[in-house]
Amino acid sequence: MENIGALSILLAFCLAVYAVIGSVIGKLKKNPFLVVSGERAVYSVWILLSVASGLLIYSLITGDFRLAYVAAHSDQTMPAIYKFTAWWGGQEGSLLLWAWLLATYSAVVVFTNRKKFRDMMPWVTAVLMTTLTFFLILIAFVLSPFGVLEAGRGNIVEGMGRGLNPLLQYWTMVIHPPMLYLGYVGFTVPFAFAMGSLITRQPGEAWIHTTRRWTIVTWLFQSTGILLGQGWAYAVLGWGGYWAWDPVENASLLPWITATAFLHSVMMQEKKGMMKVWNMVLISGTFFLCIFGTFLTRSGVVSSVHAFAQSPIGKYFVYFLAIGIAATLYMILDRMKYLKSEARLESVVSRESSFMFNNLILVASCFAVLWGTLFPVISEAVTGEKISVDAPFFNRINIPIGLGLMLLTGVGPLIAWRRSSVESLKRAFFWPSIAALVLMAALAVFGVYEHPYALVSFGLCMFVTATISSEFWKGSKAISAKSGVGLIPSAIELTHRNTRRYGGYLVHMGIVFMFIGYTGAAFNQDVTKEVAPGGSFQLGHYNLKVTNMQQGENDNYTWQKLSVEASRGSQTIGTLEPAKRFYKSSQQPTSEVAIRRRLNEDLYLNFAGVSNDNQRAVIQAYVFPLVSWVWIGYWVLAIGTLVCLIPSKVRLSYARTQVLGVAEKHAKVTK
Amino acid sequence: MKTYAKFGALVAVILGVLAWLTLGGISESKTYFKTITEVKQMGDKAQTQRLRVDGYVVPGSIVRNGAEVSFIMHQNPAMRAADTVRMKVVYRGIDPLPDTFKDDAQAMADGKLGADGTFQASKIQAKCASKYEAKPQMKTDANRAGM
Repeated sequence: MENIGALSILLAFCLAVYAVIGSVIGKLKKNPFLVVSGERAVYSVWILLSVASGLLIYSLITGDFRLAYVAAHSDQTMPAIYKFTAWWGGQEGSLLLWAWLLATYSAVVVFTNRKKFRDMMPWVTAVLMTTLTFFLILIAFVLSPFGVLEAGRGNIVEGMGRGLNPLLQYWTMVIHPPMLYLGYVGFTVPFAFAMGSLITRQPGEAWIHTTRRWTIVTWLFQSTGILLGQGWAYAVLGWGGYWAWDPVENASLLPWITATAFLHSVMMQEKKGMMKVWNMVLISGTFFLCIFGTFLTRSGVVSSVHAFAQSPIGKYFVYFLAIGIAATLYMILDRMKYLKSEARLESVVSRESSFMFNNLILVASCFAVLWGTLFPVISEAVTGEKISVDAPFFNRINIPIGLGLMLLTGVGPLIAWRRSSVESLKRAFFWPSIAALVLMAALAVFGVYEHPYALVSFGLCMFVTATISSEFWKGSKAISAKSGVGLIPSAIELTHRNTRRYGGYLVHMGIVFMFIGYTGAAFNQDVTKEVAPGGSFQLGHYNLKVTNMQQGENDNYTWQKLSVEASRGSQTIGTLEPAKRFYKSSQQPTSEVAIRRRLNEDLYLNFAGVSNDNQRAVIQAYVFPLVSWVWIGYWVLAIGTLVCLIPSKVRLSYARTQVLGVAEKHAKVTK
Repeated sequence: MKTYAKFGALVAVILGVLAWLTLGGISESKTYFKTITEVKQMGDKAQTQRLRVDGYVVPGSIVRNGAEVSFIMHQNPAMRAADTVRMKVVYRGIDPLPDTFKDDAQAMADGKLGADGTFQASKIQAKCASKYEAKPQMKTDANRAGM
């Protein structure tokens, strides 16, 4: 069985190489048969990798502990779903998942475009398959998922397997890694199209139009992955945080930031024919950051709480990145003349300019995060001393950046293309500004002035909410007045007419909600107490009384549980039961926190341990204001993104606002 | 061209502010990675710089005392309790200790060295040695056997 698996991977590798060579030579020699054979090779690669993945999953589920991978990541007592998720629980398996996803994406791309873009497609196939070849080199020759343990060879029973870390046996962790991977891998496709368009010297936006949906879906996957990780950290790790600026977290954030910048700046290209080079740079950057993120999580180059192994694959990633970036850079520089801007920036107060600032700030944030993440590596190389920077550094830079972005989120969509008059600015922003200032004044009176950032953040959230609401309000009112239907059906009609615009507003609203949640963190309260059953303590306006301490045991783990009665004033509001477990097979303790989730604040209890005399429980109690809005924000963002994917009812032509003369001069491609 | 000049000026201001924040942020939160031996050789400097010390928890040394947790860290994972390169760590931070923090776990303590020679940690990270992946060495052996 393991031989068939390893053979499939090896064959897939050969066919991927063939697909690259076949497509390129077929294209250059104008031999359509060779091109088609290259495309068929893509399908075959997908089939072979599906076979390999299927075999690995089968071994994990049946518990074939001769396999090193199965022994290390599966366990007979685990529920079947976690046996399945062990597919990506370790290094080799997750690389196989990467490869399989890329093969799947490639097969879909090749199939859906089999009659379109005959010019560009061979190159797209070649770029996709080159990337896949790289990952197949890793799993075919460096880290095979089908390695057999020597001890298991003579039918010596290898035991039950070491199992999946109990901390990871949680529902969001089942889908968090594949979601992130769907995001990571997905950006290969727009990148491949961008390169195809560069290589074939296409001056237009064909690659952007074709990959728009693709980019949005991928972006949604990545957002989902990041948020699931946050939700998991919050509910499982016991410290109530959802983001710690850990290198692995940063690795998932970096491509998300550049992808967000890309989603915005492509509008400049579609509408005005501007920023063509920049879009190439952004999509390439996103792709390489995805590879870089995989490298960071998979090679152990920077130490991280996510604690993946030190591994020998780091240098392969460095080679791939170096060659890839050099080739891309050469391509962009060489094709510069096909990427000339068709319009010029006319005013600092314009939609164009707001897009540029949005991009500038996003990319600056990306650089800051990257710099901070790699600081230990850089400082060691330069000074010989390993120095790290942590959360305070990242917060210090990214909080102002976040606030700046929030401001642009409010301003950008309402400001006119080309240039805005003072009059129109007044009209658009007078009431939103008033609303924001009133809210800030009110909050300041209630003592929020001690946290200036939080005050500004709430003000900006109000500002953006007001501008978005006014957009919906104005549009729906106009439709309602014309057709006589109610405001809500009008709002739906309005959204349906231009899903991109109004879906985008919904996404912005989701981000506003998340910001509200993140801002709430400025007001977190916590206390650590050692309490005997019967004792009580105070946190904020909650009175917490420990009523009971129980313990017990089952096949899988021993447990201790606290019953804590929470009350506010004279009113009892419920009993929370934080618990501790100790897993027998893995010898690992876990905390089962108890959370009372409400829209205004969460009450969060962690049973941290028992005092040495075994009489008193150590409890860490937290109040997290507004944290639920982070999760609500995610759902709004997801719905908004899906709305963007619905075709608009009114076919928009996206007429370019051309500036005569200038546009012509710049649009001309000199061969 | 005036537009571009204005635009450029704004860009310069934004980048300037961010650069200033970056530099300030680095000097404020930089932490030096040290081993236990290195900390001992640093002398007084260890009491002023923020350090991150890497080591392994000596079995049986974890003591909880109210909100305070103390334990002993040693340097060489193979020697366990026999390792003489040791350092006492006291943790008084607000975040709960990670579940992976237990005997023999690999721990990273962030903080400063106290005047009495105990390490005053404000943050502890831990990985549970046995649970994560084996050393690459073992891996390649397993691969060779499989091919």
